[in-house]
Amino acid sequence: MTADLLVAAAALLVLGFAGALWPRPDGAQIVVYGGSAIAAAALAGQALLALLGGGAATPVLTLPLGLPWVQAHFRLDALSLFFVLLLNLAAALVSLYALGYGRHEEAPHRVLPFYPVYLAAMNLVLAAADAFSFLVSWECMSVASWLLVLAQHREAANRHAAFVYLAMAGFGTMALLFAFGLLAGAQGDYSFAGMRTHDLTPVLAGAAIVLALIGAGSKAGLVPLHVWLPLAHPAAPSHVSALMSGVMTKVAIYGLVRIVFDLAGPPQWWWGALIMTVGAVTAVLGILHALLERDIKTLLAYSTIKNVGVIAIGLGLALVFRASGIGDFAALPFIAALFHALNHSLFKSLLFCAAGAVAHATGTRDIERLGGLIHRMPRTAFVALVGCFAIAGLPPLNGFVSEWLMLQSVFTSPSLPQPLLKLIVPVAGVMLVLAAALAAACFVRLYGIVFLGRPRSPDAAAAGETDAVMIWSMAAFAALCLVCGALPAPAIGLIEPAARAMVGAGLPDGGAGWLYLAPVAGKPSSYSGAVVLLAMIGFGLAVALLVHRLGWRSLRRAPPWDCGFPSTDPTTQYSGSSFAQPLRRVFGTVAFRAAETVDMPDPGETRPARFALSLWDPAWRFVFNPCARFVVWAAEHLNALQFMTIRRHLSFMFATLIALLLAVAAVAR
Amino acid sequence: MSASLLNQIEYSASHLFAALVLLGSFALIYQRRMVGMFNAFAFQATALAAAAAWEAYVQAAPHLYVTAGLTFVLKAVVIPLALRRIVRKLDIHRSIEVVIGIGPTMLAGIALVVLATLLVLPVMPGVAAIAREELALALAVLLIGLLIMITRRNATSLVIGFMSMENGLILGVVGVAGMPLVVEVSIALAVLVAFIIFGLFLIRIRERFDSLDAHYLESFRGERR
Repeated sequence: MTADLLVAAAALLVLGFAGALWPRPDGAQIVVYGGSAIAAAALAGQALLALLGGGAATPVLTLPLGLPWVQAHFRLDALSLFFVLLLNLAAALVSLYALGYGRHEEAPHRVLPFYPVYLAAMNLVLAAADAFSFLVSWECMSVASWLLVLAQHREAANRHAAFVYLAMAGFGTMALLFAFGLLAGAQGDYSFAGMRTHDLTPVLAGAAIVLALIGAGSKAGLVPLHVWLPLAHPAAPSHVSALMSGVMTKVAIYGLVRIVFDLAGPPQWWWGALIMTVGAVTAVLGILHALLERDIKTLLAYSTIKNVGVIAIGLGLALVFRASGIGDFAALPFIAALFHALNHSLFKSLLFCAAGAVAHATGTRDIERLGGLIHRMPRTAFVALVGCFAIAGLPPLNGFVSEWLMLQSVFTSPSLPQPLLKLIVPVAGVMLVLAAALAAACFVRLYGIVFLGRPRSPDAAAAGETDAVMIWSMAAFAALCLVCGALPAPAIGLIEPAARAMVGAGLPDGGAGWLYLAPVAGKPSSYSGAVVLLAMIGFGLAVALLVHRLGWRSLRRAPPWDCGFPSTDPTTQYSGSSFAQPLRRVFGTVAFRAAETVDMPDPGETRPARFALSLWDPAWRFVFNPCARFVVWAAEHLNALQFMTIRRHLSFMFATLIALLLAVAAVAR
Repeated sequence: MSASLLNQIEYSASHLFAALVLLGSFALIYQRRMVGMFNAFAFQATALAAAAAWEAYVQAAPHLYVTAGLTFVLKAVVIPLALRRIVRKLDIHRSIEVVIGIGPTMLAGIALVVLATLLVLPVMPGVAAIAREELALALAVLLIGLLIMITRRNATSLVIGFMSMENGLILGVVGVAGMPLVVEVSIALAVLVAFIIFGLFLIRIRERFDSLDAHYLESFRGERR
């Protein structure tokens, strides 16, 4: 399996060259996206088979690449296999979607060479078994996605997004580099096998965890390191956005899990508390941003931040239980987190693909200029509805199951010895509920404004249905969402080997059969997606029958209720902004200092009234802008160092040397 | 003669030679005239050659004789003579401009010796005493060489300070048993190369600006103050 993965990665790299060198763009599309879909599907199938077979770890494969005394190690265990499955499942379907979508690409030569390289790099991150190959693959992933973000580089906003992304990616990799440096210990053993055997002091291990959280968290989009994500994810072509949001954030989660659960040794309780707190803040802030956003793709990117926060809450809780010595309880939040990662990769890819279809059909991503697309793009509207249900956490779809499991694990958790945790765990649970409720509101708003009502612009009125290929790939995503929601037990069976490897426990009784999911032993809470689905279908049919049998008798035709305001203008409909206004006033004034100003002309004036809304992101305000100002200030002042006399240069060196020697002397005392 | 007495003599003699090298450093500090500086440097190099030769005898390491010879020939004879010739030929100003007065510089030098001793003695408790003390003295010589480089304005003093630093380096190297010859030859060559480069610089400065003030090196590098 490891060798197969490396072969597939090599094939994808070759496809990258093919994409660059193929003479005709049409042929290049088919070769690159078709080849990527085949490679990804093959890998997903292999990973699925390996996980069904128990997910035993493969032996370490050593390649004579990289630094001579480190070499490149590759190994797949249950955790990597699960993420390989997640990655390639989404990648295969997204590549299929791209077969249709790529035909409308403005500049295919700036996407085709990098797309397969990006897939290969993500696969290699998952297979790496030493810090060196991990970081090299990680950087390849960052750089390839950066190039993809720059695909439409003529827009200034995209260039800005790419710049912010590059800076954050470099910063994150640096943090990961230091984390691995600490984990490697004084002996400098950079293989993962060596890191597992090192015993670090609590302080060093804690520092490594914080650095890993910064490094992987900045890629995953944890607050306050999320600022690049809503800029960069929407800037890329839609199929790449789907991969960045749906899959790359999961690769980052994989990195975090690998370091925190596997490499860092026995956990301390505050690691979990930290991850949980960051996750809770991320979940709520992410979805609040999404609720106020007008651009479809940016909205989806903010929703990704929320889901990453949810996953982080689950991982933090699992870590807390493991550190407190009740490892049996750790399995449930861990499985819930990984299951949510899988679910999110499915429905977020689906929604980004749908957003790409809408953006292509209408030429705009601004929800205030859309509307009524359910009549013009009925198939896209249907699959997008499935995606919105799933992401809003409605049964019988998959988003409900993982969030339900997460809440089960929070609210059935045993009491913990640390007083701080007694506070944090319930608060994180409440934040989770709040985020789930706001997500429902957010996606009601998205779907209602984009697909329902009447078109708000001529572009939306002139839209037409998209390609069959795109529809079918999105339908496949929707079907997977339904399968994972209706039959969650088999899907969770794929995660159990990873849970056993990472937290040392699985669900009690394997989750009790394939039909019912009973996550907590000895408690009556259980869920069956299939039964809920059948019940919903049954009730729905019954209600439909009743309405049709009884309702048509009193049928009468009349003008619809117009609130006493008989205007037919589409602008009198609910807008995205007006729908979000109540929640914006409740939460936004605190979180984003949202301020509304109404500029009302005096009676007799002919100018129009104006309404302006101002928001600011606390992450920019309190973290990034001060950092940027400090860097500029320091650069201006340090510049003077370049224009000194030789003697002053030497004096600086002398003073530095003496200071260091004094420090050594003081330490040696 | 008993073995302990022999050890004591070995120890004292190598200590003596190392201390003479350090003395040479202080002699470099208080020179106000160029020629005096060359003489002091020649004295330091001679002491270093003697130290290396004594180490060669004590450690029974004949390759150290080569080091001693190289040091003596190059640093005690050839380089001072060459510098003296340059100064005479180019008719360079013979006095040395100091940035910090000689008294404070001497005090700073003493402080550096204290620092080096404090630093080396506790850091390496397991190593033989003879190597430790020599290393402390060598570090002091090295630091004082750097001090000379930053407290003198003339380019020639820069060269001398630089080579004095090299002397400290070699003093440290010969004190450690088992250092291969290759390193010493390369160090000696590096010093020679540095000498050639600096000499070239001096000549070119002389040609262009008719002065040996290192201040002109800056405008030569195209930098502004």
